[in-house]
Amino acid sequence: MTVLLAAAHAPVIPNFGNPSSFACERANRLFCSDWVSHNWSTVLWPALRQHLVLTLIAVSLGFVISTTLALIAYRRRWFERPVLIVTSILYTIPSLALFELLAPSLGLNRTTAEVALVSYTLLIMFRNTLTGLREVPDEVRDAAAGMGMGPLQSLLRVELPLALPAITAGVRIATVTVISLATVAALIDNEGLGVPILTAISNEVFKTELIVAGGMAVGLALAADGLLVLVQRWLTPWARARSA
Amino acid sequence: MHDFTEAFKFIGRDGQIPGAPPLPTLVHLTLETLKIAGIGVALALLIALPVGIWLGHIHRGSFVAINLGNIWRALPSLAVLAIGVAFLGLGLDNVELALIVLAIPPIITNAYVAVDEVDRDVVDAARGMGMSGWEILRKVELPLGIPLIFAGIRTAALFVVSTTTIAALTGYSGSLGDIINNEASYHLPGVIGAAICIAALALLLEFGLALVQRALTPRGLKLTEDPGVTFAPVAATDVA
Repeated sequence: MTVLLAAAHAPVIPNFGNPSSFACERANRLFCSDWVSHNWSTVLWPALRQHLVLTLIAVSLGFVISTTLALIAYRRRWFERPVLIVTSILYTIPSLALFELLAPSLGLNRTTAEVALVSYTLLIMFRNTLTGLREVPDEVRDAAAGMGMGPLQSLLRVELPLALPAITAGVRIATVTVISLATVAALIDNEGLGVPILTAISNEVFKTELIVAGGMAVGLALAADGLLVLVQRWLTPWARARSA
Repeated sequence: MHDFTEAFKFIGRDGQIPGAPPLPTLVHLTLETLKIAGIGVALALLIALPVGIWLGHIHRGSFVAINLGNIWRALPSLAVLAIGVAFLGLGLDNVELALIVLAIPPIITNAYVAVDEVDRDVVDAARGMGMSGWEILRKVELPLGIPLIFAGIRTAALFVVSTTTIAALTGYSGSLGDIINNEASYHLPGVIGAAICIAALALLLEFGLALVQRALTPRGLKLTEDPGVTFAPVAATDVA
């Protein structure tokens, strides 16, 4: 909100840097490389870095919370349904609405953004982790018990490793989802790649900034997705042979 | 809390502010949101459903169908809208194009997986009974695939409604997102009120579509599956 109001009063020619001529910017061509090089270190790179930080915090917190919930639901079946209902409702609320609903009580800051972003990761990672654990064959669990493993040992050394493909798949989906939603977070928290996008819109639809910032958000999400696929393969080499 | 009470009063006044000139009503904006989203989903269905079902039926193109779903997740809706605005300018065209781009992948992926994964033995049995390829598709594969196909449609519909409201940020006016984008006229209670309406709209839509899905699912399938109405369906590729 503050972002937009502030932007509404911004001068017509925005952060164009100080090149000798603004010809490309004035004509609002699709891509002005001068503008990009002048604003890379002051606008674009900081936005990308903030975006990464927002995402890493949200996914880490979400991972801790949802794994805890999944482990409880794995041991106590009745716990699954209430968690599913609450997390699905959180997941269903459109991001724009959730950010605005949290802002009045939590303020226009990073905490609010993180609370909303974390709430979108819970359903995904909870469901994947629980499914992964449940799909461990009974015989394997029995074999672990037969070898003298206690419940905790069996969980840590047998069940969790076998659930790893599903768990990492959950982390992957959650990460990409958060990267996507963090662009909207710019509305309540003045950081991330959403900021240059919203600035460009309010500056008479400045095309270069829209394309570059939008492209960076897409690129970041694709890169994170690819990286996590590699992590997934590295962590679970046995899964590759099966599902290639 | 005061802001929230005021927000509900704002909803009670159908989005009007006392003393201010008449504004578009909440009912009008809600219907507009549904209209914009509806057109997007309908066009996406028209394109994606036949493609996904056909690819599943002939068991070809799994690479494309599955990876499309993965790439789709990596498309931030605000970024897609922003890039669209840069190329097409502000307007309904740009918004609908973004909505279609974002709605096609989950529909294709789910329809593909739904039809592709129908038990081969069942399909063989149908063929043994003398059914043609078309009959197998219509009488066997589609009924059995309905839950998953519909889950894809629900995912897409929800995503499209959410994106429709975000479109207001990129300057397209005509949805409930307008109120959120215009705090200067609506003030904080109006913004919260609109957020409540958007959240309620999405939850009602999700619940309604879950009921439709249940009604469409063949009776035989309901016997073996969880009878509860599940919320926020999993996309076919979500759980590894």
